[in-house]
Amino acid sequence: MPSLQDCLVLSALLFAVGLAGALARRNAIIVLIGIELMLNAANLNFLAFWRHGPHPEALTGVVFTLFSIGVAAAETAVGLALIIAVYRHTRSTDPEDWQRLKG
Amino acid sequence: MFEALDQLPITLKAWLVGLLPEAWQAVASPVLSAAALVGALAVLFALATWIERKGLGRLQNRYGPNRVGPFGLLQPLADGLKMLTKEDLVPRNADRVVHFLAPLAMVVPVLLAYAVMPFGRNLVAADFDAGLLFFFAAGSATELAVFMAGWSSRNKYSLLGAMRAIAQMISYEVPLVLSALTAVMLSGSLSLVTLVDHQAGYHGGWLARWHVFTPWGLAGFLLFLTAATAEANRSPFDLPEGESEIIAGHLVEYSGFKYALFFLGEYLGLFAASGLAITLFLGGWRAPLAGLNWVPSYLWFFLKLFGCLALFIWLRGTLPRVRTDQLMNLAWKFLLPLALINLFVAALWHLTAGWASVGGGLARWLVGGALLAIPYAVLGRALFSGPRRGPRVYRYAD
Amino acid sequence: MRAAFFILAVVTLIGAVGAIALRRLIHCALSAALAFAGLAGIYLMLGAEFVSFAQVLVYLGAVAVLIVFAILLTPPAAETRAQPFCKPCLLGLGVAVLVFGVVWSSVLASSVVWRPAATAVPASSAKLIGRALMTDAVLPLEVLGLLLTAALIGAVVLAWREKEGSD
Repeated sequence: MPSLQDCLVLSALLFAVGLAGALARRNAIIVLIGIELMLNAANLNFLAFWRHGPHPEALTGVVFTLFSIGVAAAETAVGLALIIAVYRHTRSTDPEDWQRLKG
Repeated sequence: MFEALDQLPITLKAWLVGLLPEAWQAVASPVLSAAALVGALAVLFALATWIERKGLGRLQNRYGPNRVGPFGLLQPLADGLKMLTKEDLVPRNADRVVHFLAPLAMVVPVLLAYAVMPFGRNLVAADFDAGLLFFFAAGSATELAVFMAGWSSRNKYSLLGAMRAIAQMISYEVPLVLSALTAVMLSGSLSLVTLVDHQAGYHGGWLARWHVFTPWGLAGFLLFLTAATAEANRSPFDLPEGESEIIAGHLVEYSGFKYALFFLGEYLGLFAASGLAITLFLGGWRAPLAGLNWVPSYLWFFLKLFGCLALFIWLRGTLPRVRTDQLMNLAWKFLLPLALINLFVAALWHLTAGWASVGGGLARWLVGGALLAIPYAVLGRALFSGPRRGPRVYRYAD
Repeated sequence: MRAAFFILAVVTLIGAVGAIALRRLIHCALSAALAFAGLAGIYLMLGAEFVSFAQVLVYLGAVAVLIVFAILLTPPAAETRAQPFCKPCLLGLGVAVLVFGVVWSSVLASSVVWRPAATAVPASSAKLIGRALMTDAVLPLEVLGLLLTAALIGAVVLAWREKEGSD
């Protein structure tokens, strides 16, 4: 069973990697992948604190993580649909090409 | 004596593990289970290919393979040798790493799914508390493998085939899970061992209390089998890999051992889905009649598995292929509403448990059956009737 | 036991770094799938079986497939060989390193984190999770259902191909 420090280190690293991807890549889909990685890092945090926390029998961490997974899936679906719709309009997935709102 | 026969695999494994030194026993026990499972599955796969070819042959009014060995029984051996010695071609433009990993990504999750299946009394490798969820999770991980195979081949046909296959697999996952959920709802647990235990006992002392003998169980079983046929890309839903449609779809650039691995993964997936249908609806390893309890439990499981395999081969030899849009319509507009209604009927069955004494439970059956049969007829009529054609008119050349 | 966690953590991190750093988009998506799978293994080690299976089912079986389909439906225009990293990319990396530094220093400075590890595995069977979802968390559950329905309809409407619109 991994200790709390190990889990927190991994979660912080994952979050930083996801953030770097969301900020530094020129493709909107990679930005979405970065956001998914950040959400996963937060889930890992929730589960680590649930496991090592004072009241694990309340299952708060588990329930919250399940909700987070569900919301992340919904958000990915809508985000990708948005990207596809904008792609049809501007023929590009580079957010820098979308800077002008004029179509 | 029959109890000893029933528990023979467990006593054998315990004896084998006991032969090893103390330090190795903790590791050796799961390794032995996994090895026995993989061995049994390999033999079953070979037998199934032989049964399929002979069965299809007879359905199509011809002999199957009958040259290699008596009745063609050594044909799987010849096929295996051929697959192993064929040249392993990888297209020049193909993405080599992904092309190599795709068969692995297909076979490994499917093998994982067998870990939770109860093959007999106490014969389950890992009794997870959420075993059914584990099974569905392992099954859904194969979709990525199909995509990897189709995309890495750098071939328009294989990419098209892969996208069709994934769309089909995702669409049919919903009725699959919903029809499995009825059995879970009534047994109160996601663990497959508990699901089989819920089907213990006998109606009136002779007929087993399998879920398939209830209206929701029968409908759930049929829905589950239909969705499982589509999940396994098996005829009549084998559009992604039909030879006359799209060559071999996402498998067109695979040859030799990698193709054999995909073939193996497909058959194993079919067995896993059949095994789950048997566990959920057909009573798992339980005997159908009270008098036949003495037959070992794993024998019943394999007999039922053989019955499901025969049904799939029969379907393949009889029904024509379904078009993509007809396939999608079937999943979303027909199977999904029926699966939701099935959930409702299952709940009704549970709540009317007090009616079981009235008329021998006939009222329960009639209400549940009517609630299922009427939407089935109405939906079927509305969706699949096609344009109204008059009586056939013959025109002859003068 | 620590070695197993270390292996899974390395696999997850390799998947995550690959997901944002590889050149070809499909490789990025498959690498992200590897990261999700590694995380599912870590959730299993933490004793949250149900969440681990849900992670595989949702992330590997649905989100990864969605991302892959979106990549296939948005191919880059042939003439532009776009560079994958934007111009101020070092700034983005710097911000990420800074964020990691802040989080890690706050963890190091806290007195809560460095207690000895709990030993007993908390009971988290599907039945208990279901009970918690239906009693304490029933309102978020219903709202999540509503959200998923809205997201489903919204995604279909957004990605609907206009018949008369100019493409």
